[in-house]
Amino acid sequence: MSLSATKFVHPITAPPSTRSSDKPLFSTFFGSNHTKLRFNKPIVAAQRRSSSAASTSSPVVAVSDVVKEKKLKSASNLLITKEEGLVLYEDMILGRFFEDMCAQMYYRGKMFGFVHLYNGQEAVSTGFIKFLKKEDYVVSTYRDHVHALSKGVPAREVMSELFGKATGCCRGQGGSMHMFSKQHNLLGGFAFIGEGIPVATGAAFSSKYRREVLKEPGADEVTLAFFGDGTCNNGQFYECLNMAALWKLPIVFVVENNLWAIGMSHLRATSDPQIWKKGPAFGMPGIHVDGMDVLKVREVAKEAIERARRGEGPTLVECETYRFRGHSLADPDELRDPAEKAHYAGRDPITALKKYLFDNKLASEQELKAIDKKIEELLDEAVEFADESPLPPRSQLLENVFADPKGFGIGPDGKYRCEDPKFTQGTAHV
Amino acid sequence: MATLFQGVGAVTPFSASSSLDSNKLLLPSRKSLSISDSRGSIFVYRSDALNLKAATRKQDLLIPNAVATKGETSTSAKSGHELLLFEALHEGLEEEMERDPRVCVMGEDVGHYGGSYKVTKGLAEKYGDLRVLDTPIAENSFTGMGIGAAMTGLRPIVEGMNMGFLLLAFNQISNNCGMLHYTSGGQFTIPIVIRGPGGVGRQLGAEHSQRLESYFQSIPGIQMVACSTPYNAKGLMKAAIRSENPVILFEHVLLYNLKERIPDEEYVLSLEEAEMVRPGEHITILTYSRMRYHVMQAAKTLVNKGYDPEVIDIRSLKPFDLYTIGCSVKKTHRVLIVEECMRTGGIGASLTAAITENFHDYLDAPIVCLSSQDVPTPYAGTLEEWTVVQPAQIVSAVEQLCQ
Repeated sequence: MSLSATKFVHPITAPPSTRSSDKPLFSTFFGSNHTKLRFNKPIVAAQRRSSSAASTSSPVVAVSDVVKEKKLKSASNLLITKEEGLVLYEDMILGRFFEDMCAQMYYRGKMFGFVHLYNGQEAVSTGFIKFLKKEDYVVSTYRDHVHALSKGVPAREVMSELFGKATGCCRGQGGSMHMFSKQHNLLGGFAFIGEGIPVATGAAFSSKYRREVLKEPGADEVTLAFFGDGTCNNGQFYECLNMAALWKLPIVFVVENNLWAIGMSHLRATSDPQIWKKGPAFGMPGIHVDGMDVLKVREVAKEAIERARRGEGPTLVECETYRFRGHSLADPDELRDPAEKAHYAGRDPITALKKYLFDNKLASEQELKAIDKKIEELLDEAVEFADESPLPPRSQLLENVFADPKGFGIGPDGKYRCEDPKFTQGTAHV
Repeated sequence: MATLFQGVGAVTPFSASSSLDSNKLLLPSRKSLSISDSRGSIFVYRSDALNLKAATRKQDLLIPNAVATKGETSTSAKSGHELLLFEALHEGLEEEMERDPRVCVMGEDVGHYGGSYKVTKGLAEKYGDLRVLDTPIAENSFTGMGIGAAMTGLRPIVEGMNMGFLLLAFNQISNNCGMLHYTSGGQFTIPIVIRGPGGVGRQLGAEHSQRLESYFQSIPGIQMVACSTPYNAKGLMKAAIRSENPVILFEHVLLYNLKERIPDEEYVLSLEEAEMVRPGEHITILTYSRMRYHVMQAAKTLVNKGYDPEVIDIRSLKPFDLYTIGCSVKKTHRVLIVEECMRTGGIGASLTAAITENFHDYLDAPIVCLSSQDVPTPYAGTLEEWTVVQPAQIVSAVEQLCQ
């Protein structure tokens, strides 16, 4: 695994001392073998993106170095067990194959509109979401298929939603950019960037409310908010960082920095491109991690999620990652430098995990091939299911506009409009 | 249902009506009407009186109140309790918070400050800082936070310190509040209430005098109601909190100090129904919020001139209660809409379209809609008065329509 540094920055101003019940912010961040991490001088973005050679001389200790220390002291010298490794591999393969299948289906005319694929970023989704409990919440953006899959939404439901069929997870009413699942606590799927972050903050607030006002035992659900580098210049991001840190909400803000917002390079859009630095400005830890390395992401995710669960507040995690395809299937992707694409293709997270599994004798070629085959079959079945599912009937048109359909009001005949038989047929004009 | 109110402080003094011009009694003779009901007789109105020279009958026709004084809650005059509109909102809110621990409030200065119009006074001390949450000044984000909380099981009430500030929350209100129930295929409900004072106040300047009902009315998936009396304020507040739909409750800056006697028993009003303020025969006047009072002021004048307007407070701005409105149109055949919204694209414009579409055959005259001028509300008192509909304009519009 490559050795790019993870920087961990102590906030510049200490929180006010009136809150005496606060523990020191970062005492347990890296576990018992905590190495004192000092504030590093700002590193120019270009350096950050280059090979690891530049970072080994910095005073900030890389995650893998800390982890190596831990390893020497524990019986096993590996970061994951075989079972965990296979789970991670399967999840990433599911994400990758699903997105490839989406592209195929799109070009065959089975789905329409804006479809944004996640190829290349699987380590972030798998690394974080596989640490969550079922009750934890995930809020995503329009690039949400793989977040849905990692959270547990069945592939057939996601595929059928993409095809616009009635058996989709949102009954065909949401589409690619609006994946929701109450059962799996996936709160969407938002088309406008940044508008999911307040919703995530609200879910975290709900969790804190249940714990402190309703006094429900075990109400420690954590919320993960995923969003991109472009969103980090948006007001809602900053407003929510403020509120989350202010009230110590159990939320982790995960930035999937893939360097590009459609055709706008992050470096051209942002005065200070180092997003992790913005966390400490609001009083929360800001971490930068190599988002192409699922094990590194996992280490950071574990700590951030557990920190939130303990009630210590939010964390901002910037994952350096890359999307192998264009912004959406309609994007010709002509602006990005082929050398840059090649560089990141060489850091494919799935290839890296495979290598780790083989090198450490955690899995064999056959086992991984078996997983590949299993996922391929799963996806073929999902496509078949979606193909055969019915399109939504007209009667579905007006059904979910209001939770209480009395909201359509009282018609000229004195009856509630929703009692009109044409209403259930979907032909009533409301 | 009458409203007894005493102009106190913040309430704009209404312009005195002075017209008792008997030469304008032009109504065709009709059967005599005697309107009385179980509440006690309102007044007896005999049209043949109209044809006599007004001078001799002036005193008989002088009716001090256009609307009946409410008798039904006074088997003893002491039943019920008197309070101001903001106290009625407070009472409704507190009762709901007591009833359901998931009900919470969030907004600027709602907690320690008690709300900039005192609607949440004392609640933070009683229920704690998390349940009555003082937010930073970030409307879009805390409205979105309310939506996220609603999706995950709470029942938040988001207060906009002034309705105009909710323009900043438009992204969340339009995209998430209205749409998420639908785009999630019905999986998530959003039982949120968004409330706040709006409307033209006393020289508050353009940006604090906005009427957002017209901007929000197109958003699918939300309901909008406007309260106008302490009675309906409490009832609508409770109904909005109990509703599973997202509801926007519009209050008015100048109505917070209206006083009325309301029942002691618990009551919840319907979010979709309109309120019959004054039954009548000659013309239907549709109004809501503060304009209700301008209309009632004009009605006093009109009654003294011999007209019999039917006044309906539509209350439900989205959806419209087409039944109450329709019954009235079928009876009177003339419609006047009086609103504080802007002329262009306002609630009145939608209402005009809805009535024309549904009741065109019953109309004897085109619908007249009196709205505020399409002008940013000026600071100067005189100019401000001219942007808003005044009782005198209502009177002349009725006279014109009833010719």
